[in-house]
Amino acid sequence: MLKKKETVAMLLAGGQGSRLYTLTEGIAKPAVLFGGKYRIIDFPLSNCINSGIDTVGVLTQYQPLVLNEYIGNGQPWDLDRANGGVTVLPPYQANKKADWYKGTANAIYQNLNFIARYDPDYVVILSGDHIYKMDYNKMLEFHKQKGADATIAVLEVSLEEASRFGIMNTDDDNRIYEFEEKPPKPKSTKASMGIYIFSKEKLFKYLIEDEADPNSSNDFGKNIIPAMLAAGEKMYAYPFSGYWKDVGTLSSLWEANMDLIGENPVFDLKDNKNRIFSRNNAQPPQYIGPDAKVVNAIITEGCEIYGIVENSVLFNSVKVARGAYIKDSVIMNNVEIGEGAQINYSIIDSDTKIGAGASVGCDKENAKDVTVIGSGIELKAGTVIKAGEMVNAAYIENLK
Amino acid sequence: MSVAGIIFTTLHHGGVSEIMGRSVAAVPFMCRYRLVDFPLSNMVNSNITNVALIANNNYHSLIEHIGSGKDWDLARRSGGLTILPPYSNAHINNSRLVNPRLAELKNVYESLDFKEDYVVLADCDMVSNMDYNAIVNEHISSGADITIGVRELYVTPEIGKHNVVYEIDDNCRITDISVSPTNITGRKYVGMNVTVMKTDYLRTVIADSIAHNYDSFSLDVIARNLDRRNYKVYKYDGFVFDITNFDEYYAASMDMINNSEHRNAIFNVANNPILTRVRNSPPTRYVNGSKVVNSLVADGCEIEGTVENSILFRGVKVGKNTVVKNSILFKDVYTGENVVLNCVVADKNVVIRDNKVLSGHETMPFYIPRDKMI
Repeated sequence: MLKKKETVAMLLAGGQGSRLYTLTEGIAKPAVLFGGKYRIIDFPLSNCINSGIDTVGVLTQYQPLVLNEYIGNGQPWDLDRANGGVTVLPPYQANKKADWYKGTANAIYQNLNFIARYDPDYVVILSGDHIYKMDYNKMLEFHKQKGADATIAVLEVSLEEASRFGIMNTDDDNRIYEFEEKPPKPKSTKASMGIYIFSKEKLFKYLIEDEADPNSSNDFGKNIIPAMLAAGEKMYAYPFSGYWKDVGTLSSLWEANMDLIGENPVFDLKDNKNRIFSRNNAQPPQYIGPDAKVVNAIITEGCEIYGIVENSVLFNSVKVARGAYIKDSVIMNNVEIGEGAQINYSIIDSDTKIGAGASVGCDKENAKDVTVIGSGIELKAGTVIKAGEMVNAAYIENLK
Repeated sequence: MSVAGIIFTTLHHGGVSEIMGRSVAAVPFMCRYRLVDFPLSNMVNSNITNVALIANNNYHSLIEHIGSGKDWDLARRSGGLTILPPYSNAHINNSRLVNPRLAELKNVYESLDFKEDYVVLADCDMVSNMDYNAIVNEHISSGADITIGVRELYVTPEIGKHNVVYEIDDNCRITDISVSPTNITGRKYVGMNVTVMKTDYLRTVIADSIAHNYDSFSLDVIARNLDRRNYKVYKYDGFVFDITNFDEYYAASMDMINNSEHRNAIFNVANNPILTRVRNSPPTRYVNGSKVVNSLVADGCEIEGTVENSILFRGVKVGKNTVVKNSILFKDVYTGENVVLNCVVADKNVVIRDNKVLSGHETMPFYIPRDKMI
């Protein structure tokens, strides 16, 4: 018999992240590397443990290998527990049928038995697509105080941006009376962050009803929230202020990385109380060579820098040879950059080798899009990759 | 064949640990490590997964660093890591601050319950990336009773003072042993405090030492039994730092910055990573106006000033227009603006306020104890 938990978190981590193109060819979006030593999923997982939630179900589907291995027994997040902890929940074959997760709501529906085992009062639904620090416990307090059936975290966005989000229209008491998905003419600027708290009974009721409806697309935003609103359930918008970024596109992923650098970074990771944890092995310290120049950058352990690094984010164990020049770029782990190579406004995925004198991308001002070099690619010496290109194995094949 | 490990964490040589007020094992080194990480990682990398750390006194920072041992993959159901504090009762009181190795072993004799056939004993003052399997295999094939790791060094009275020097025959059998000799000069084999023997033999040695009130492994065990027993050396030619006093500590740190070959010999050996406690510090932030050259930097730092030929541990802040040269700043050292540091070793949490100028000399670095505010 498992001990009762007040709160169980369910983390939707099955997303493909197709707009990250080659970065998610072999891994799910929540496993995408971010910020020098993290993967996107570290943020919701660390938020959970920092909020005192120690029972987390992680729903995986698309390319789960790296993600499953990464989560492992949950030890880096202190989620290796005798009771609770982290559990990876892939789609499974049941007695009568076997189904992929059809939508966000269906994914949770298929795991209601997991939730029921802990007999929680509240269920937190999270997604593995966002970069932010949040105390879910404060949101839970708000949920309890309002006596809500469901609470949705919202962020104030500008009116122009509002039409890209699901918008919650609320009364003065933050009670939601209307939900509009990507409205062309938004009435308010409270954008849903994809973070929900449900009282368990209501969640079970609406998920079971939704599953019975063959016309439903089994999605929280499209089906569950509107159905609950229509039935007059008590739904509240929890106002969050602070950094929150959807890193679903290459440009937003690049921007979010750049938000970490500078004298007063837009998003400061240094915070001993609410640390973001990640699975990392002990690497030797970073070495900055005698002729190196590092300006306005964040650099991670295991790096060896002999060249110039400017306005960039370097993950662990990046080797930058003499005369190489890196500007406005995100260089993921185990990348080797040869002598005199130039990297400009680019994202270089892990285990890549950039040959001596190669040139990738161009000045941000003159580039239409960020240039991307996929994982494990080897660029020969002197190769020139034009701005905005997306280099994967097929691209290299065509070069030959 | 199975092998267990014993690491001595509190041996004192009247050196670096006294100055820093920590056991040798807990002395910070190279941005993020403690000296115990080296023998401990060597054991893990050599598949020695039942390891006892013998602690004597002031071991709270050691316990904090080691935790359950999970960062070394030693949080095991069977075997794994054990910390052995001294055992005492009304009849035994071993509250001496400094104990020789054999005395420490006697203190924990009751708790040593290794099932393994062989045991490797190592100290924390040798920084190396050494494959202990090699010395164990040599020990087994040579049929020795005890095998001691040695390296060839040019010994001077100064070096001899804090070392053990061995004379050997053509078969590597020890023919003479000199402890802290000040009368030996020339190329000699110097002990590196890695010793292998059968676990049963170790038990016999300890029991015998209890019976005879012996305390010194070198003088009472090796020297007394040279003729009767087969004691051999294992010649190691890999890279080793011997850190027994503060000058050596500073010199080794500076060498790590300047000599990438030495650095790689310890930190970039394939399949043999040096493991340490993982703390999840964010990457280090270099802001506009910072200038860092020829330095080793841990994660979690914020650098706004100039850093040259220096070692920064985790969470160090270097303020605007501050210049840090030839210095070692431990965890969470904070320097304000317009500070100048040269040849300074600042222990953890030291705060150096704006406009302060502090300098030691390369031959006499200036040490600032922990938590001091200047």
